[in-house]
Amino acid sequence: MTPLAGCLLVSSMLFAVGLAGALTRRNTILVLVGIELMLNSANLNFVAFWRFGPHSQDGADSMTGMIFVLFAIAVAAAEAAVGLALILAVYRHAKTTDLSQLIGRRP
Amino acid sequence: MSTPFFILAAVTLAGAWGAMTLRGLVHCALALAVAFAGIGALYLNLGAQFLGLAQLLVYVGAVAVLIVFVILLTRGGDADAPRLSAASFAPWPLAGLAVAAAVFAVLGWAIFHSSAMLSPTAAAPQNNIRQLGVALMDAYVLPLEAIGLMLTAALIGAVVVAMKEKP
Repeated sequence: MTPLAGCLLVSSMLFAVGLAGALTRRNTILVLVGIELMLNSANLNFVAFWRFGPHSQDGADSMTGMIFVLFAIAVAAAEAAVGLALILAVYRHAKTTDLSQLIGRRP
Repeated sequence: MSTPFFILAAVTLAGAWGAMTLRGLVHCALALAVAFAGIGALYLNLGAQFLGLAQLLVYVGAVAVLIVFVILLTRGGDADAPRLSAASFAPWPLAGLAVAAAVFAVLGWAIFHSSAMLSPTAAAPQNNIRQLGVALMDAYVLPLEAIGLMLTAALIGAVVVAMKEKP
């Protein structure tokens, strides 16, 4: 197994664990955690392809993978901040973070 | 494939598994921090020094701590489910697990049948912080400005959403 395949395998396992958690856990915060894990597995894929993929040795081209991950980290941080603020706002109304109790509530 | 890679991958996956299966929310957040740190170490192992340190700063330093804050603010920390019971999971957890397993099976099948299995290892790309900074300020300056704008908007939006509303 080449290093690239190893990285891809680890990242797909990470994605599967995050997806399983996001789909099966009942707590809103843990669903958000699962989504963060999936985002991170995508970033790991980017870094693996940047490291092992074909690339030019000079100029901005050789940096594309890293810069994509950098922007993805910034977007994920913003997403986490807004998502957690939403969870706080919902908790203030409903006094719970349990998704099963939130389904079907009137606002 | 080297031994450090296997160790880091095992730590990362164990952290992710713990974050999704532990019963206390605070324990989940700590396991999540371990998983994030493991991913940062994997970046370092792959030769992306700046990204590894940025991952440690942003995820372990900010996102994990933010999640702990929200857990404590919503009193999830004293949730007292003595064991991981059916109450921690959605009504049909097996369906979610099946979907995740199917996705993993497809991804694994794709990886094992792709040319990633036999491509020779390329030389490490040239990589220094100076080049990264030049690329950010030269070719990617417009996306950088857009990200700055988006972070500002997200900051203001998070504060507005989480603010106490007037009755």
